[in-house]
Amino acid sequence: VTGPPLNQSNVWISTVNELETPLPRSWSPKDKFSYIGLSQNNLRVHYKGHGKTPKDAASVRATHPIPAACGVYYFEVKIISKGRDGYMGIGLSAQGVNMNRLPGWDKHSYGYHGDDGHSFCSSGTGQPYGPTFTTGDVIGCCVNLINNTCFYTKNGHSLVYVCLCPQPNLYPTVGLQTPGEVVDANFGQHPFVFDIEDYMREWRTKIQAQIDRFPIGDREGEWQSMIQKMVASYLVHHSYCATAEAFAKSTDQAVHEELASIKNRQKIQKLVLSGRMGEAIETTQQLYPSLLESNPNLLFMLKVRQFIEMVNGTDSEVRCLGGRSPKSQDNYVGFDGSCCNGVMSSKAHPSPHSHKPCPPGPALLAAAAELSSLNGSHSLQQPNASTDVDMEVDHFTNGVTESSSNGFFNGTSKHGAQTEDCDADMEVESAQSKRQLCGGSQAAIERMIHFGRELQSMSEHLRRECGKNSVNKKMLKDAFSLLAYSDPWTSPVGYQLDSIQREPVCSTLNSAILETHNLPKQPPLAQAVGQAAQCLSIMAHSGSGSCAFAAVDDYLH
Amino acid sequence: TKCVHLSPVSLSEVTATSRHYVDRLFDPDPQKVLQGVIDMKNAVIGNNKQKANLIVLGAVPRLLYLLQQGSSSSELRAECAVVLGSLAMGTENNIKSLVDCHIIPALLQGLLCPDLIFIEACLRCLRTVFISPVTPVQLLYTDPTVIPHLMSLLCRSQRTQEYITQIFSHCCKTPEHQTVLFNHGAIQNIAPLLISPSYKVRMQALKCFSVLAYENTQVSMTLVNVLVDEELLSQVFVRMMQRDQPIDMQLTAAKCLTYMCRAGAIRTDDSCIVLKTLPCLVRMCSKERLLEERVEGAETLAYLMEPDVELQRIASVTDHLVAMLADYFKYPSSVSAITDIKRLDHDLKHAHELRQAAFKLYASLGSNDEDIRKKITETENMMDRIVSGLSESSVKVRLAAVRCLHSLSRSVQQLRTSFHDHAVWKPLMKLLQNAPDEVLVMASSTLCNLLLEFSPSKEPILESGVIELLCSLTQSDSPALRVNGIWALMNMAFQADQKVKGEIVRALGTEQLFRLLSDPDSNVLMKTLGLLRNLLSTRPHIDQVMSSHGKQIMQAVTLILEGEHSIEVKEQTLCILANIADGNTAKELIMTNDDILQKIKYYMAHSNVKLQLAATFCISNLIWNEEDGSQERQDKLRELGFVDILHKLTQASDPNLCDRSDTATHTSLPLSFSFSLHKTDAHKHAHCVVGY
Repeated sequence: VTGPPLNQSNVWISTVNELETPLPRSWSPKDKFSYIGLSQNNLRVHYKGHGKTPKDAASVRATHPIPAACGVYYFEVKIISKGRDGYMGIGLSAQGVNMNRLPGWDKHSYGYHGDDGHSFCSSGTGQPYGPTFTTGDVIGCCVNLINNTCFYTKNGHSLVYVCLCPQPNLYPTVGLQTPGEVVDANFGQHPFVFDIEDYMREWRTKIQAQIDRFPIGDREGEWQSMIQKMVASYLVHHSYCATAEAFAKSTDQAVHEELASIKNRQKIQKLVLSGRMGEAIETTQQLYPSLLESNPNLLFMLKVRQFIEMVNGTDSEVRCLGGRSPKSQDNYVGFDGSCCNGVMSSKAHPSPHSHKPCPPGPALLAAAAELSSLNGSHSLQQPNASTDVDMEVDHFTNGVTESSSNGFFNGTSKHGAQTEDCDADMEVESAQSKRQLCGGSQAAIERMIHFGRELQSMSEHLRRECGKNSVNKKMLKDAFSLLAYSDPWTSPVGYQLDSIQREPVCSTLNSAILETHNLPKQPPLAQAVGQAAQCLSIMAHSGSGSCAFAAVDDYLH
Repeated sequence: TKCVHLSPVSLSEVTATSRHYVDRLFDPDPQKVLQGVIDMKNAVIGNNKQKANLIVLGAVPRLLYLLQQGSSSSELRAECAVVLGSLAMGTENNIKSLVDCHIIPALLQGLLCPDLIFIEACLRCLRTVFISPVTPVQLLYTDPTVIPHLMSLLCRSQRTQEYITQIFSHCCKTPEHQTVLFNHGAIQNIAPLLISPSYKVRMQALKCFSVLAYENTQVSMTLVNVLVDEELLSQVFVRMMQRDQPIDMQLTAAKCLTYMCRAGAIRTDDSCIVLKTLPCLVRMCSKERLLEERVEGAETLAYLMEPDVELQRIASVTDHLVAMLADYFKYPSSVSAITDIKRLDHDLKHAHELRQAAFKLYASLGSNDEDIRKKITETENMMDRIVSGLSESSVKVRLAAVRCLHSLSRSVQQLRTSFHDHAVWKPLMKLLQNAPDEVLVMASSTLCNLLLEFSPSKEPILESGVIELLCSLTQSDSPALRVNGIWALMNMAFQADQKVKGEIVRALGTEQLFRLLSDPDSNVLMKTLGLLRNLLSTRPHIDQVMSSHGKQIMQAVTLILEGEHSIEVKEQTLCILANIADGNTAKELIMTNDDILQKIKYYMAHSNVKLQLAATFCISNLIWNEEDGSQERQDKLRELGFVDILHKLTQASDPNLCDRSDTATHTSLPLSFSFSLHKTDAHKHAHCVVGY
């Protein structure tokens, strides 16, 4: 995205994906007639031709067409000087329309002209439209991509609608015809004279009212029972056993999965969410013997998570070594979804740039050295372990900087309704307890190192069997990077230790189990949400502007 | 309001059950009375027949008695108020019966009780009674302690807020009501409610401000400085006009700002008016809005921009308002008549309102700017619509149509073209035959403009026997009608032939003419003098009029010059003298009147240049040396010392005056002063009529 930066409060920044469809930000130095001169960041346009006849008219288009995802788009042009005759046209045109003309004269082009106040809609003859305009006036052009209309404004006052041919990809366009004419554009760099936000509010209200009033199922009760099914299936999917049961009972529905099966999934999920990965894997293997065998990538993911939980000190294997009973020390509390394993809050991730890695402590150094050699990286050739580690630290840090974007937060729901099934012996560990690597036990650290080695060889094995897998590689690298810091929790890769990261793992495992039962791997509710989001993106692509005012998030409370 | 014909038997059955409800109110056991009231409450909900029955059977006095009894439990009292509120929800007749039973003082008395539930029930009932058009609003103001007590109840609950503000906004009908509410702190008490979490409370508070601010400078000036949660009230109103707010709220907020602006509290070029209120009101006129909203929107917009040409210019281009308004005339549409009887009924009900609102808005739009008037008259069938509007049955529409016509008649070009082409004078004349004063004022004002010298309608109007009509207007009790009558006659007499002038004098009668010269309204006096001047133009006319009415005219002139009158009146009178001095025989009436000559001399030395100039004209006409007897007149005037004064005047600072006195001193330039003066000045006069 290039061009002068837009005002941060610009209304379209939030609705338009500029990577796909950039907003117009300036006039295009390439898409203009030769009689047009540009200056001031390509926002100012002046005429430099002879200006003797209409044949000397010249136009310029903006750098990008108006994205449909705007819903409503608006730009303003201030007349700096009307020049000799003030033959200026403000409007829109499609790519390829002759630039040796004023906007509006040709097909796929529209314009409001200053000398006579006429509006030209793809025709050489204008219609009486509004007042004339001249030096000092601010003329705006508003495109409504919902009903395919456009209207112009003069000094903040809207004039009447003109219709547009449904035609995607119109460019803001300005045309001049006589010497001395100079105009400045405002594509949202500054506040507009016309209250476009108020106009957009009206359309947002209209679209939302349309959605609210959308006719649903003509047969009585149909809609309601469908909604109930969706809710029930969602509860079952996420194994909210008791809630699902109660809901199904009160809404008089059948549950399509046996209660025992739901309870099994619930048990596994609870283990994952409480960080007891070893037990989770074991239980999965017991209950669904062939699942992980036939799905080595899933197993690998679980194991990597187990490694992370070991570092965290929460995995059952390192707990045993720490002399603590895994059960009594369980510290995932599904109750409020926050974690109590010593990380203050799931939202308190340090940003990758804000923390430099601290000098690693001796135990950690050793562990890191071992692992980095395991990692099969170039460090293996380095004779001096400690310098090696420093290098690796930098290396890891860079790698993390690029890849630590946290995509897991959205898309998974918090598991909040499990209290009724919570084991009585689960208890909350004091948040003040000091965070130590693997819970602070040397044996546990050794176990963790050993486990890391196994993981490394599993990774190599997987690569040989199934070919390169960049996701797996990155996953492992990120996990091992934890050891490069004396305090992994505050490190740039520390987010992995957050309990919220258990959720995508949990949901992937859950989906895999459901698939083996020929149940949908996503609940219909999530599918519906995904479907709606996808529809909106298709609407944006196909030029249907209402998508701007129907964000799915507005309907998820 | 279903009309059900009941057989005598079933009627008595119904009455019997109703009677049972009433009887239970008299039970000695208070518990049973309470149960009876509760049962009655459930029986009347939504049942107008039952309500009417209970009222006829005398339930109301008993309920009021129970409500006022100190011995009644608070629960019983509240339930009584609820039942009364329910009865009030019925027909207008119900309300009348309740008011006749003195429900209002009883409920107002009830508000003194500390029990909130009871207070809310009373307020709810009062609200229902007061918003009915049959309730005299004055009843709210009879007891001076009521308003302050209501103000104090505003803090009790959202319900009290909603009901009280709704009562206020319905009962504030006159400037006196506004003042009472204002003096009891309405603004400070109600302003915080504008940000209440309840939409109903916000809306009623807003409506309160709109009625308080209407044509009230004191309220409006106070409102602009009020802060609500550290925000200026005008900004709160602007937020309420945002396009995602409910239409009712947008419209009412726009009204508040409009009234504040018209009362002078907000400038017309303030951005909250130009960029917010005006566009909001234009939006209210759009086809998307309900018919009621379009009517209110158009009327409010007309009121907002009436005095400001800049707002008129902006509105005239905003959203093609002029063309948008043409749609107001398309109800009931031909489609609605066939397809949907309900819609037809709705359309018919609003058709008059829509038309009058559109005419009002056109009138306001076109009141100053020539281009806008042109645009209006060029709107599809506009002149035809006005013409048919002038003869509609609804007075409101006729009045609005004639206002619109009047506004457009300020255009010289329209008078010459569209007005003539559509013969608008015909329906206008018809309208003048028999109409309420309000319509007459507007119609006669318009007629004044149609009678201007350059108007092609002047001739046919003259031939239609308008003179008698105008003369009768000059005898009206309404000063506005007298002014218009005499004004129209004045315009008519301008450069008219002898026949017309004679007819005017004959029809008006000298007696009436001189009565008008002593009219208490200075406008009437000015226009009568103007008429006299126009009658006294061209020498033959001057001599003829003066020979028949000279004595009275000279008397009237003397009286006016001696009386306490404005400079303009005296100037006009001196101009009449100058015209008389231009006559052949008429000038002798001045020359032989030493009193008048002394007065002329006095005004030649007056400190006001205009008066000096007019007096000097008079003298120069008298001494004009190409006429018979000029030498004698010059001699006499020299004797009286006029020459010295003229000499002094030649050194005067005013070039105009200097020139005139120079001419008079030398009496050699071949100029007919009186005539040219008369002509230019009368023209000026005629032109100021256009701007009327």
